[in-house]
Amino acid sequence: MIWNPERECAEREQMHQLQSEQLSRMIQRMYDHVPFYRNRFKEKGIEPGDISSVEQLKELPFTTKDDLRENYPFALFTVPQSDIIRIHASSGTTGKPTVVGYTWQDLEIWSEVVARSLTMAGVHSKDTIQVAYGYGPFTGGLGLHYGAEKVGATVIPISIGNTRKQLQFMTDFNATVLACTPSYAAYLGESILKEGFSPEDVKLRIGIFGAEPWSNEMRKEIEKLLRIKAYDIYGLSEVIGPGVSKECECQCGSHIFEDHFIPEIIHPETLEVLPDGEIGELVFTTVSKEAMPLLRYRTRDLTRLYREKCACGRTLVRMEKCLGRSDDMLIIRGVNVFPSQVESVLMEMSEISPHYQLIIRREKNLDTLEILVEINEKNWSDSIRELEMIKHRIELNIKSLLGVRATARLMEPHSIERSEGKAKRIIDLRK
Amino acid sequence: MHIQQLSVFLEDRSGRLTELTRILAKHDVNINALNLAETTDYGIVPMVVGRPELAKKILEKAGFSIGLTDVVCVNIPDESGSLYQILKILTEENINVDYMYAFSNRDVALAVIRTADISGVSELLKKKGIKLFSQSDIYQL
Repeated sequence: MIWNPERECAEREQMHQLQSEQLSRMIQRMYDHVPFYRNRFKEKGIEPGDISSVEQLKELPFTTKDDLRENYPFALFTVPQSDIIRIHASSGTTGKPTVVGYTWQDLEIWSEVVARSLTMAGVHSKDTIQVAYGYGPFTGGLGLHYGAEKVGATVIPISIGNTRKQLQFMTDFNATVLACTPSYAAYLGESILKEGFSPEDVKLRIGIFGAEPWSNEMRKEIEKLLRIKAYDIYGLSEVIGPGVSKECECQCGSHIFEDHFIPEIIHPETLEVLPDGEIGELVFTTVSKEAMPLLRYRTRDLTRLYREKCACGRTLVRMEKCLGRSDDMLIIRGVNVFPSQVESVLMEMSEISPHYQLIIRREKNLDTLEILVEINEKNWSDSIRELEMIKHRIELNIKSLLGVRATARLMEPHSIERSEGKAKRIIDLRK
Repeated sequence: MHIQQLSVFLEDRSGRLTELTRILAKHDVNINALNLAETTDYGIVPMVVGRPELAKKILEKAGFSIGLTDVVCVNIPDESGSLYQILKILTEENINVDYMYAFSNRDVALAVIRTADISGVSELLKKKGIKLFSQSDIYQL
């Protein structure tokens, strides 16, 4: 099912025209109402009337997270406060929170894109969706909530935490869809038996997971644990929240709702726009947003775009699963390492569980990477020789795939701290 | 006839072994035999107890990771050359010993032996007239 075929399957010229019209209107509004943007345009000698095509996007200035901080809290709003009906703030993954506002129309768009996202995964009005993202200033909970209501599904607004209650509601209310972070999904999955529930009573069929980067191997692990099909939902509060892009049933990259959020990929240093298929920093222009439109907002997320038509029938551009946020990238002895790459290596080994932590230290001026992994509760050997082989295999695979030497440390199951929101996977002791 | 050995995975953290034995003591579980193999990060504690399934439940409830492994428990007459007689049988059949540990209890001496194909090995030893201990023998020690 496709929620909005007219938009999601639009011909390229049609999309192009829609984007161009919206872009030129957005530039005018920014110029009229936001001194920050007006000054930027003047510096570049751009008049609002100059911009009539989306092709001209590359001539326009970027907006960064620092710009949002400098205009904290409301200086980038293009509408009077009386038109703002909701405030959200980022979860503060990096630095202090950033604030976003929504008009009634913005919330409509947000519900629409989340409704499209859920429909893409096969969610419909007969489903019961357990929203185990945090409700509050973080956009995860309420974002999924309104979209699920729009689809007509039954919503369990349980928010994060209280694993026992999560499983109680999940089994008693026959939840068919789970929405939360992938790390919490894995934790819920392994808690079913531990908390005394029976896997047969879990009726889930679909998982909508996001808010942190996760590997395809992690996906397979969660799909097996919960016996579901797991989909990536991508978003960031600055752009709107969850529902910026979403995987369809093909699980071959996430379709970006480009009628609202125009993506570009740029080289993070030269800032040049890169062609489709090349990896770089993802940049969004939120052409339809009223309260706080963003011009070429640098997400710091690294990915690439594909425009080939998808088997699902949608023409929307697709982005690859994010490699990670450029801020998450670790430089270990000069080698760039993304935690998601380490995760891919670990998830391929059935002897260990999907929980891990990376500890980076500096010893005698040399960076060291230690990987804490839990042995798999159900599948471990009591022979030291076999356990040592697992340890060596992790170290060997990391070395050969990432080019960095690491030491693996085998831990007891459940000894690595669990998180109900975003997992704490990196402990960098060099700073 | 083989028995089940309890194996506990322990992180190398101080007090972890003490905690393990405290819990067994609290539930009145007697340890008939115990070994400790360790690396720098973690250790494996294989042990023989009277009721391994019960001990496994108790320890898992306390948050330990427990494995059950089939082993043979061989009665060794307390005289020189008796262990050699047993190992000779295994070697003649090309059976490799993964690990073993021995203990004596008043007048019996026992060796716990882990190999591949434990059922086959216990049949073989019985045929050769070696006395093996069953789970209930252990419980009554």
